[in-house]
Amino acid sequence: MLHTFVALVEDKPGVLTRVASLFRRLNINITSLTVGHSERPDVSRMTIVADAPAGAAHRVRASLYKLDNVLEVDDIGQFSCVVRELALIKVAATTKTRSNVFELAEVFRARIVDLAPESLMLEITGVSSKVEGLIQVLTEGENKILEISRTGRMVMRRGQHTSRVLDAMRIPEPEQVIPLLEETHGEISGGDVDLELIAEEPNNPT
Amino acid sequence: MMPIEATNQRQATHAARLTGAEIVWATLEGEGVREVFGYPGGAILPIYDALRKFPIRHILVRHEQGGTHMADGYARASGRVGVMMATSGPGATNLVTGLATAMLDSIPIVCITGQVSSKFLGTDAFQEVDITGITLPITKHNYLVTRAEEIAPAIREAFLIARSGRPGPVLVDITKDAQQAIADFDFDAAIPGEQRKHPMLRVEEEAVTNAVEMILAAKRPVILSGHGVLEARASDQLRTLAERLQIPVATTLLGLGGFPASHELSLGMMGMHGESWVNESIQQADLLIACGMRFDDRVTGSLATYAPKAKKIHIEIDPAEINKNVAVDVALIGDLREVLEQLLPRLAPRSAKKDGSAWLRSIRALKGTASVRDIQNLPDNGHLYAAHVINDIWHATGGKAIIVTDVGQHQMWEAQYYKHDEPRSLITSGGLGTMGFALPAAIGAKVACPEKEVWVIAGDGGFQMTSPELATIAQEGLDINIAIINNGFLGMVRQWQQLIYDGNYACSPILSPDFVKLAGAFGIDGATVTNRPEVLPTIARARTSGRAFLIEFQVEKEDGVYPMIAPGAALHEMIRRPDPLIETTSDV
Repeated sequence: MLHTFVALVEDKPGVLTRVASLFRRLNINITSLTVGHSERPDVSRMTIVADAPAGAAHRVRASLYKLDNVLEVDDIGQFSCVVRELALIKVAATTKTRSNVFELAEVFRARIVDLAPESLMLEITGVSSKVEGLIQVLTEGENKILEISRTGRMVMRRGQHTSRVLDAMRIPEPEQVIPLLEETHGEISGGDVDLELIAEEPNNPT
Repeated sequence: MMPIEATNQRQATHAARLTGAEIVWATLEGEGVREVFGYPGGAILPIYDALRKFPIRHILVRHEQGGTHMADGYARASGRVGVMMATSGPGATNLVTGLATAMLDSIPIVCITGQVSSKFLGTDAFQEVDITGITLPITKHNYLVTRAEEIAPAIREAFLIARSGRPGPVLVDITKDAQQAIADFDFDAAIPGEQRKHPMLRVEEEAVTNAVEMILAAKRPVILSGHGVLEARASDQLRTLAERLQIPVATTLLGLGGFPASHELSLGMMGMHGESWVNESIQQADLLIACGMRFDDRVTGSLATYAPKAKKIHIEIDPAEINKNVAVDVALIGDLREVLEQLLPRLAPRSAKKDGSAWLRSIRALKGTASVRDIQNLPDNGHLYAAHVINDIWHATGGKAIIVTDVGQHQMWEAQYYKHDEPRSLITSGGLGTMGFALPAAIGAKVACPEKEVWVIAGDGGFQMTSPELATIAQEGLDINIAIINNGFLGMVRQWQQLIYDGNYACSPILSPDFVKLAGAFGIDGATVTNRPEVLPTIARARTSGRAFLIEFQVEKEDGVYPMIAPGAALHEMIRRPDPLIETTSDV
């Protein structure tokens, strides 16, 4: 099954290798991995989606946390969260066949970000199944897909935030015991939440 | 020697402008390091050049692998961090086996390697190798340091990481230009730059309550005592737990000495070559209290049939070990000593019956019928068995020596026939099973604990892997006693071939040099023993010689280690000692 881990890691050379090497050693395939800056300049946030047995999540998380450069790991599989993926899709399309693609883009709320005489580029954001839905209708249609670039899954838990984890790390608190599994689910406070996106979450807009 | 100058220098170097090479030594000195093992070479020469300014003893090894085992033995004997230094390229790659050995057995060592100058990194320069890449999976952490300013923080962090939590090896690779550059050095300011993250520990009130209830309700409990007992210095707490509730204690190979072997509640070593009553007890138990151990395959046998009736409590500092091999009912993730101290006040002493509980009586019954281990009590039949030798070393040393074993049959015999009552009295490569470990690790142990009697027990195969370290013993004038158990075979390989591969002894007979002559070439005295009456007198000769002494014991060639659980078999499906050995009594 697919597990999703969100890791806060130090922004240093070699950290990606250490994380990737761990999955290699456990013989677990990484389905997707996105890395980028976090809310703090010296810390990156990784979203790792991995195909591993159902019971492996705890061990993967604990092993990731053992890496010295990993500051925090969340196994977000069990929590309420926002999942997004961005994809760029280049489709063969002439002036005659464009309108068909425009229609599909409209339905999927994808944007046209480039237009060339023989092709156009779509940008789509959403859960993975939404991206796959668009790819599927494009494939089944008359328009040949020329290129696809997908970011893989990015995930953020609702409500709960990790900035306090980073804050806390500036203060030495060696005695403090952190629960292995967070028992508190992120609470959704109405003011922070884009209700439209929540509504979009369970169902694909197809 | 020069106490005043040395003292002044130490104060001066706590805040000064130094070369990177000097910073290496000053930081080591600040960390309390008095001895390092090493082997110089081009890319680490600036560091060696600066050594004369610091009161640190350097032990020149004969091979870098041996050096890592020395640092390892040093750490295991003393509980302090062992340090090994090597140059770039081949010097660094020779560390690999030693690092992996320390990694698998959770031993705190720091290896410092020289590296080519930073401008040559990645150019395949002379003696350049990507050692941080190579050692990624076999170190707890490693560093590539390219600036002098980063040296002190990296080394201080390395020490912290090596000895904190579940200990392990750390490698610090320092480029030559960083060694030569000049930087401000302030030991106290070079505390680890990042605030250390919180350990992922969890000892919840509910789990503690559950554990206490399970322990009090158990009718047939067994404590499994692992290496964590030594690392957490929890021997006293473990003993209190066992005595208070009259729970028998089985021990892993690396846990030997964590609970006194002579204690009436001690069962002995569990697992593949554990005694039958130990493994039977585990299979019949209704509760296992696993303390600082990781349910290794050599300990569990087949997982499907492992301790089927037992609930399991796992007390362990590494969260990644929980439910890895064996699913447990309660996990207490934390420092073993602290967890035991949390449990103990809630466990009221059980009134000990005169002849023990029904459970202890039934274990005693198992022991009575299953014990076929009277080799050392058999009359002399002209055959010399390794068990005799090891049992006699135990008697002669009063169980007080540090025994350093290699890997193989003699290692298991040692675990069976030498009764370890003290923590850190057995040093052995368990997880990786590294042949060639014993001789160099014993050097490390002797350097760490010069007042202790140190014995190497090695097979004829493993000893030949690192025998050049005899020169290190000679050069350093170390008083180490060496017992070579020579049976003319790679014994454990031969035993497996006998039992599992139809007696096809493929490539396991091994020719050895005259070990006594070999020792003599290094200026080390020695003697050969071929029969039983000579064993004790020769051991006595070695012990009283005041210097290194090597004894070659020529033992029964095709003796086997029993009991044995075939790989993948259940813990109670033991291969017992075959009859022929017993029949040898009729030879008399």
